Amino acid sequence: MLDKVLFYFFASIAVASAALMVTRRNVVHGAIFLITALLATAGIFLQLRAEFLFIVQIILYVGGIMVLFVFVIMLVNLDVALQQIQFARQKWVALFVALALAGQVGLMFWSSGKMPGQGLPVLTAAAATSLPPNSEEVAKSLFSSYLLPFEIASVLLLVAMIGAVVMAKKRV
Amino acid sequence: MMQALFQATIEFLKLYWAPLLCGVAIVAILPLIVGYIVLVERKLMADMQARLGPMRVGPHGLLQPIADAVKLLIKEDIIPDNADKLVFWLAPVLSVGAALLSIAGLAIGPAFQIAQDINIGILFVVGVSALGIFGIVLGGWASNSHYSLMGALRSSAQLVSYETAAGMALVSALLFTGTLNIKSIVQAQSNEGIWFVMLAPVAFFTYLVASIAETNRAPFDLPEAESELVAGYMTEFSGFRWSLYFLAEYANMIVVASVATTLFLGGWLRPFASVHGRPHLLNFLDFVPTFLMAAVGAYCIARAPKQPTRVQQLFMLAVAGLCNVVGLALLAPVVVSIAKPFYAGVHGGFWFIFKVSLYIYFFMWLRFTIPRYRFDQLMRLGWHFLIPLSIINVLFVGIALIAGSYFHLQGWGLLLVTTPAAVITLCAALLILAAEKGRDKRQEPNAASDFYAG
Amino acid sequence: MLGADELVINMGPQHPSTHGVLRVKLKLDGERVIGSECIIGYLHRGVEKIAENRTYQQFAPYVDRMDYVAAVSSGLGYCEAVEKLLVTEAPPRARVIRTILTELQRIASHLLWLGTHALDIGALTPLFYCFREREEILKIFEKYCGARLTTHAFRIGGLQYEAYDTFEKEVERFCKDFESRIVEYETLLTQNRIWIGRTKGVGILTAADAIAFGVTGPVLRASGVKWDIRKAAPYAAYDQYKFEIPVGTTGDTYDRYLVRMEEMRQSRLICLQAIENIPTGPIMAKVGKVLKPPPGEVYHAIEAPKGEIGYYIVSDGTVMPYRVHIRPPSFINLQAFDRMVRGHLVADVVAIIGTIDIVLGEVDR
Repeated sequence: MLDKVLFYFFASIAVASAALMVTRRNVVHGAIFLITALLATAGIFLQLRAEFLFIVQIILYVGGIMVLFVFVIMLVNLDVALQQIQFARQKWVALFVALALAGQVGLMFWSSGKMPGQGLPVLTAAAATSLPPNSEEVAKSLFSSYLLPFEIASVLLLVAMIGAVVMAKKRV
Repeated sequence: MMQALFQATIEFLKLYWAPLLCGVAIVAILPLIVGYIVLVERKLMADMQARLGPMRVGPHGLLQPIADAVKLLIKEDIIPDNADKLVFWLAPVLSVGAALLSIAGLAIGPAFQIAQDINIGILFVVGVSALGIFGIVLGGWASNSHYSLMGALRSSAQLVSYETAAGMALVSALLFTGTLNIKSIVQAQSNEGIWFVMLAPVAFFTYLVASIAETNRAPFDLPEAESELVAGYMTEFSGFRWSLYFLAEYANMIVVASVATTLFLGGWLRPFASVHGRPHLLNFLDFVPTFLMAAVGAYCIARAPKQPTRVQQLFMLAVAGLCNVVGLALLAPVVVSIAKPFYAGVHGGFWFIFKVSLYIYFFMWLRFTIPRYRFDQLMRLGWHFLIPLSIINVLFVGIALIAGSYFHLQGWGLLLVTTPAAVITLCAALLILAAEKGRDKRQEPNAASDFYAG
Repeated sequence: MLGADELVINMGPQHPSTHGVLRVKLKLDGERVIGSECIIGYLHRGVEKIAENRTYQQFAPYVDRMDYVAAVSSGLGYCEAVEKLLVTEAPPRARVIRTILTELQRIASHLLWLGTHALDIGALTPLFYCFREREEILKIFEKYCGARLTTHAFRIGGLQYEAYDTFEKEVERFCKDFESRIVEYETLLTQNRIWIGRTKGVGILTAADAIAFGVTGPVLRASGVKWDIRKAAPYAAYDQYKFEIPVGTTGDTYDRYLVRMEEMRQSRLICLQAIENIPTGPIMAKVGKVLKPPPGEVYHAIEAPKGEIGYYIVSDGTVMPYRVHIRPPSFINLQAFDRMVRGHLVADVVAIIGTIDIVLGEVDR
């Protein structure tokens, strides 16, 4: 019961924040609502007993990427962008994509025969208390079954970092 | 639906009433504690500067924090023109919220932890306290002043830069434990019988410096200094809003001190805690808390006759009495057998608070002693020195651990492998410093050029 | 904002670090200062004009109010200038006591400089230590002439007050304690990495530039020019004592700091030498009650703590001077500020203002 309430709490915050984020005129308000949406998603991770994902979502997404967003927003002059009309040309494409996504989600629910909150189809369910610590599980899978993608991702990050430094260096 | 909601709330309260109560208590009491930490800082500053500090408000200035709090609460709340009201309100709330939330994950002694036994304990504390950056950035932006914004961006750039070094330093210590759970970390130090500060001294030093930068304390307090051109992010916040930022800063200090104590200084363990319970020479250390309290009490009694007024004399005697009562309370679990189960909680709490106080005392001491770094020097120290140092440290501590497990070393034996690792890391640090100095010499700015060219 | 073109920032006149009402306009390119302009005059009180309407003795207290941090030196310069006009000299005892008081004032002025300069750079504690010592000196002044700050200690022709009974003992005790205190300040600052990082290489003024700008005092000596009026054209009793002139090498802020620290030590040595042998005798020369110097002009300069303070007095034979012009060291030294600050970061501006050691009362008169 508590699980359900928590899920609906976090989910409603996430949806409401996302809706508010895309409708704000003020960019900083939009960024703040993105932060709350990400925090609510982290809450859902926690409610699913994935505590490592919860904290990594907070540290990386909210504490890293959103800080970067906010920095850029504040350093770049956005008055020009604000004057432009928001939903000018992409209205019809956006409507089509939204309908397609809604159709897919609805199809998924209809085929599973359950309402939201009744749990998605899981192969083997385990009691929450018997789950091994999430950090250990993530670490084990990262360094054994998913080792190659992990290493490729880190090399990619390194390349991006070097590229950023090279591009930002002042030509002396 | 309402019935289900009600039931869920009852279920939640039944499970978590104790942590909730503790949380409420912390939020209520922490401002008072922070106020007294500020008083201690002012008295300490005065002592190091050959003066007395607050003396008027209450005996020896002890009611000064209360006077300050009342003053801040009744101040006029000024919001700048054209300031974004939502963000202006939100920014201090974010700072304080992040700081207080991260306190929830700390364990003050084995018996007291608000969020019990989180698997990701240390990571939770560090990650949530990093959310305070938003409070700074949004605060500077909401002030609608160019200088506040630049100050806020500088401050948050500083925080972000030193977070990496701090995290790497923590990783070096975590290599010894294999878990992020706070109680397990302290348990690991008890099992090994040695505090991690001895096994990873370079990591402790790195974390010390990085935590000073994380909390915007001197010598890294350029964004807050009054004598600088760019006003800090806190400038436009007056009264209660400013006190929230202030509270956040000191709560952050408590958090970083607690993290350092837990990971490096043995948490709530007494020195040589592994010999406790067995008859051993070093068990006299059990009496050290009582002895310290008794010493403070004796000092107060000795100074009481020298006080100028009767009120102050009585006050000193009252303080002495309090210290002695606390000393007796600390003595009981050691000698009285029915109180023995309380030993871990009571003495654990004392040692933890003692170590956190030492760490914070060191922060304050540094603030009064050394000048502050210029911003570019600060960033250079973080990126060019601390981050490479902490990464190299992780590498060598890892190698040392592998060597240790190969030779089946345990406890104090691990010092055999970690000391060479520390020495190598120190050499690497010296190499980095020398390279920096060499680079500086090559880039020496030319002296003032031709008079008429300017 | 980032990488934008030039930005002009205004600093002052109300600012915690400009040491008075100084307004500085800085032209910035990003973080670097590419130009500056000092706007002064906020403390102009028309002292030189007032002098034309006061008798020579009446004008003496006004002179204290210019450099209010080192009033005794300013007073010495003025009294000696008028004595030159009158073609008299203060008696030997008066000269020695004047020297002792002036050197104590030099120490006091440098202590205030050190405390505020360190405070600007972020060291909170040296301020209180320096003021503790300065308090001792001000107590001596108060016992001598009744005032701590604007002392009017000297009179034209000598001294009004005899040195009080315990004067020599107190000066000796202060000087004996002072050595360990200087060591205290140096422990906190001289070898401190952060201090060195904030002051070395900051605000370099080459010797050629210093001479071209007419800079004097510790700023000139730190740039490598060995020029001190106490040695070049001795006044009061300075030719009787042995002391060194500290000279720097690069002319950066760190050198100016070292030069002033050493000057404090040398002043202490002068005081110790002086009190061993204060001659007996009168303290006032035979000048009448009404001073009417013969018509003529005189320029007399002494080495004030901040530099060369000069008095150009034109007399037309009446009781009031025809013209008094004062050459204030801070005013001339401040001209070099633009040269020193170019190319530095904004955070260094405060350090450079502090290192020139200006007092706005003197700059603006």
